[in-house]
Amino acid sequence: MLPENLKEYAAAAALDAFDAEAVAAGKFDRGELTLEIARDKIVAVCGFLKQERGFTRLSTVTGVDWYPEEPRFEVVYHLLAVDRNERLRLKCRVPGGDSEIDSVTPVWRGANWFERETFDLFGIRFRNHPDLRRIMLPDEWEGYPLRKDYAVTGSRV
Amino acid sequence: MSDSTTAIPEPEVADSATAAKRSLTLNMGPQHPSTHGVLRLQLELDGETIVQCQPDIGYLHTGIEKEFEVKNYQQGVTLTDRIDYLAPLSNNLCYCLAVEKLLGLEIPPLAQWTRVMLTELTRLNSHLVWLGTHAIDIGAMSVFLYCFREREDILRIFEMYSGQRMMTSYFRIGGLALEPPRGWQQRVRTFIDAFPSKVDEYEELLTNNRIWIGRTRGVGYMTLADMLDLGVTGPMLRAAGLKWDSRKNEPYSSYEKFDFEIPTRTEGDVYARYQVRVEEMRQSARIVKQALEGMPGGRWTADAPHVVLPDREKMKTQMEALIYHFKIVTEGFRVPAGEVYQTIESPRGEVGYYVVSDGTTRPYRVHVRGPSFGNLQAVPCMVAGTLIADVIASIGSMDFVLGDCDR
Repeated sequence: MLPENLKEYAAAAALDAFDAEAVAAGKFDRGELTLEIARDKIVAVCGFLKQERGFTRLSTVTGVDWYPEEPRFEVVYHLLAVDRNERLRLKCRVPGGDSEIDSVTPVWRGANWFERETFDLFGIRFRNHPDLRRIMLPDEWEGYPLRKDYAVTGSRV
Repeated sequence: MSDSTTAIPEPEVADSATAAKRSLTLNMGPQHPSTHGVLRLQLELDGETIVQCQPDIGYLHTGIEKEFEVKNYQQGVTLTDRIDYLAPLSNNLCYCLAVEKLLGLEIPPLAQWTRVMLTELTRLNSHLVWLGTHAIDIGAMSVFLYCFREREDILRIFEMYSGQRMMTSYFRIGGLALEPPRGWQQRVRTFIDAFPSKVDEYEELLTNNRIWIGRTRGVGYMTLADMLDLGVTGPMLRAAGLKWDSRKNEPYSSYEKFDFEIPTRTEGDVYARYQVRVEEMRQSARIVKQALEGMPGGRWTADAPHVVLPDREKMKTQMEALIYHFKIVTEGFRVPAGEVYQTIESPRGEVGYYVVSDGTTRPYRVHVRGPSFGNLQAVPCMVAGTLIADVIASIGSMDFVLGDCDR
């Protein structure tokens, strides 16, 4: 459900009208609108935002690890509507045990490398991704460095 | 002695199966000089035509995003320099703006204007390196020497400000690292008064040069829709007709107070990108001139004793200042929990810093959106079906920095 106080923002209201169950939570903080999207609806939501709301550009996709909280990961999308200079942040919570989410490459081809990077460094798998391989690290690398349980220094056991 | 009657053997006629085998896979890079760093392109060739191109990156991945998490906020500034080593001040600025947004700091006008002036000099610096190396790739040797002559002057200005030529770390959270040096006006004025005539010199060498035009016009074309879809930003978009620049569209650090134009072209080829960047140099020079003439006075750091180190004098005479000094140096400062995504227009396009704070003295997560990363993704789309010689011109026109791409 969309929180009451976010209904004044056009993008949030439109998304609520499109699918009332898509938005799980949200906030408006420091001039930036964040919407938390249900994990299985991300592709539909992104498609709607691009086609109907003019968010033609995907700035970046990345992850945040809230270990040891569960669901552990957040996949974060930053969108930009070029015509109106409007930015929007979408988030999906992804659990540690089954860290999978649908790829948004069918909506923006540019998501390809950003999702590969998130896969490479967080180990979040993107379903239907055309080329899900490591991008920064060597293919035989073990572990996912940006996870919070991956040590910065010292040797790994 | 060969018998003159011996028939010359018929050349083998290739049937379609053997012709298909003739496609050649060529590795360009990671040490190829025109890839400016360590980019590897796997090219599948049919004769000289590119069938498919597969970029391979990551050779310069240094885990900077992870490194942020074990440094306190102010220490993080030094990492940002090393991301895009041709535009260190642009990265300094974006990171500082992001953390200042989290802290809710008000930055005094002197610091804001100095930031604008120095980031525009950074843009000149970066565009000069681009122009020189891009021209050398295509075969125009002398432009490189001209460009590096002016770049040296800019680096000397940076050295005067910060003591460093490249990794300046001059912008700090809360303002500037040091007071602007005595006599900076004279140094910047000498440079910026002469600079437009230097741009004329570069243009004289290239703009109507038939070889240059032959190598760049109509090369590396991409449609605007493809670029937007693939995440391309910056001068490449503007050369394809989209008038979008963060400095105008989402002004930061008082850019709204400056008068400048956003140059655009519609052709979307290598030549158009060249024209856009050259015009951007002229516009940056205008901004620097305005900053020089209208530079406000006052403090160069924000009035926030819990973030900004106290003056040396105060530290030695006031108990409170000494306590703040001790706290900031030993522990750092706490940043209220929250998250921001701050973008600026770097010479290459949209730099974005996504900073997540959990209320402690170290960032919980910093994600850097490097413009080179987004731009490089478009290489396969741009070079498919073109000639191998044009790959050099095409990737040169993207002006990527691999440090920014791999982080």
